[in-house]
Amino acid sequence: MKRAPGRGWPSTVVGIALLALMLFPVYWMVNASLQPAGNTLQRTWFPSHPDLSGYVTALRDQGRNLVTSLVVALGSVVLSLGLAAPAAYALTQFRLRGADLVLFGILITQMAPGIAVANALYGAYNDLGLLNSYLGLILADSTAGVPFAIIIMRASMRSIPGEIIEAARVDGAGRLRVFRSVVLPVSANALITAAVFTFLFTWSDFLFALTLTTTESVRPVTLGIYQYIGAHTNQWNAITATAVMASVPAAVMLVVAQRYVTDGATDGAAK
Amino acid sequence: MPSRPRSVTDVARARFLERLAQWMYIAPAATYLLLFFGYPLVKNLVMSFQQYTITTFYTGAAPFVGMENYSKILSSDLFPKALLTTFLFTAGSVIGQFALGLAFALFFQRRFPLGGLLRSLLLLPWLLPLVVSGTTWRWLLDPDTGVANAALRGLHLTSSGVPWLTGTSQALVSVILVNIWVGIPFNTAILYGGLQDIPAHLYEAAKLDGAGSLASFRHVTWPLLRPAVSVVLVLGAVYTVKVLDIILVVTGGGPAGATETLATQSYELSFRQFEFGRGAAMSNVLIVLSLAFAVVHLRASRRAQNV
Repeated sequence: MKRAPGRGWPSTVVGIALLALMLFPVYWMVNASLQPAGNTLQRTWFPSHPDLSGYVTALRDQGRNLVTSLVVALGSVVLSLGLAAPAAYALTQFRLRGADLVLFGILITQMAPGIAVANALYGAYNDLGLLNSYLGLILADSTAGVPFAIIIMRASMRSIPGEIIEAARVDGAGRLRVFRSVVLPVSANALITAAVFTFLFTWSDFLFALTLTTTESVRPVTLGIYQYIGAHTNQWNAITATAVMASVPAAVMLVVAQRYVTDGATDGAAK
Repeated sequence: MPSRPRSVTDVARARFLERLAQWMYIAPAATYLLLFFGYPLVKNLVMSFQQYTITTFYTGAAPFVGMENYSKILSSDLFPKALLTTFLFTAGSVIGQFALGLAFALFFQRRFPLGGLLRSLLLLPWLLPLVVSGTTWRWLLDPDTGVANAALRGLHLTSSGVPWLTGTSQALVSVILVNIWVGIPFNTAILYGGLQDIPAHLYEAAKLDGAGSLASFRHVTWPLLRPAVSVVLVLGAVYTVKVLDIILVVTGGGPAGATETLATQSYELSFRQFEFGRGAAMSNVLIVLSLAFAVVHLRASRRAQNV
């Protein structure tokens, strides 16, 4: 079914209009971040005279929190992939009794409300001294990354042809060697997808930041924004500037790792 | 030459070591899941029968009180209201996300220039941190300075503006709208994937049989899209029922508790009132609700497999 050249452009126009409507809030956030301070009603539809004072204030107040978010997110990526990759390998390549139970457990995790987990962790963290710590946040935030990474990598490792692994074993490679030199490289795409999403999950975490930190020492930017709104509702330029900076990872991922993002959206749900 | 019995034990031992080595790959992840899901779920259950408050952290005492936490939260005036709000929030969000997500998916199924690019840009709202989306919408919907009311006033649709965040019924509609906006991209992605899996020749056959676009949607698209539909609806419900970020940021549960759900109630009980036992009981009610959705999902997918 070939279409004549030029057909379809009306749909493109409609598509752009729909997308503009959907993304208007994002545009408006960027626009607001470039306005001068104060609760002014003389807002403009286009920041023709961009004012960066919002960003200056935001960096001064929230710069440290942005770094905290970055540290926690990267830590969670390392932890999640480190735990999930070997598990996914074992679940697909070894015939283990009890593997079904592990898989069932992973599905259950998708339903556990974060607030229930936070509620119980608070007491345990208090006893262990993990409140207000990077490690505590990394561990708690990985509750999103670990199950998701196992699901994504298991789906990919299942499709590795058995012959490749057989061949490596015949050549004398041990189990660990096969995992490191054959399985991981072949599953690179799934690893990247899992890493991208784990990063975004952790970067976006609000619940654990809200419940498991009580001081300013370790404060992710999501919590920083929340407290910003509570404290200065008249500084919308600084608030939206922080929101824009907190959106950078999502925007970057969408541009740089678009393929992996689309994969993750569909594979993660298909299980 | 080793005797026969020894070689049998050797084989058994080798097999045991092999199994052990294999389990070592799963053990770290399994331990993590047990500590960060198993422990909290069990602990929450225990806490829900205890008088577990801020003093517990100082004295370590958490006396068992039987069903008191449950009877307190279930008999509170706030509970039926929060349950109804949770239901309206979840149903409104899931239906809205699904309807608009399906519309977008059907639209992007047409082939047109830049279609793929536009479709992937549509994912942006879903990838943004919920706190960012919530903040942005709070700024848009601010009754005095927000652009939503400015636009309505500019069009002379209202002189005073809509109390998006300050009216008791409008606030719930507002948080539902925000959550729909957040969920559309995910629904579009899954439903678009489902649409792509429908073989093109079925549409051609329907066309040859004289089916119009409406008839071919009813008899070809809809039946074959059912699995994807059940996935987005159930996942949507399971995720929406526990949403906390959006509500806390956009309305904070207010005005006058109009947007309090079971999830925000559980948070309030534990982390604002430090009644951890009651907070645990409330979150267990939430878990039961999620499990109910899961059971519906499993039964629906089994029925779909039998057909």
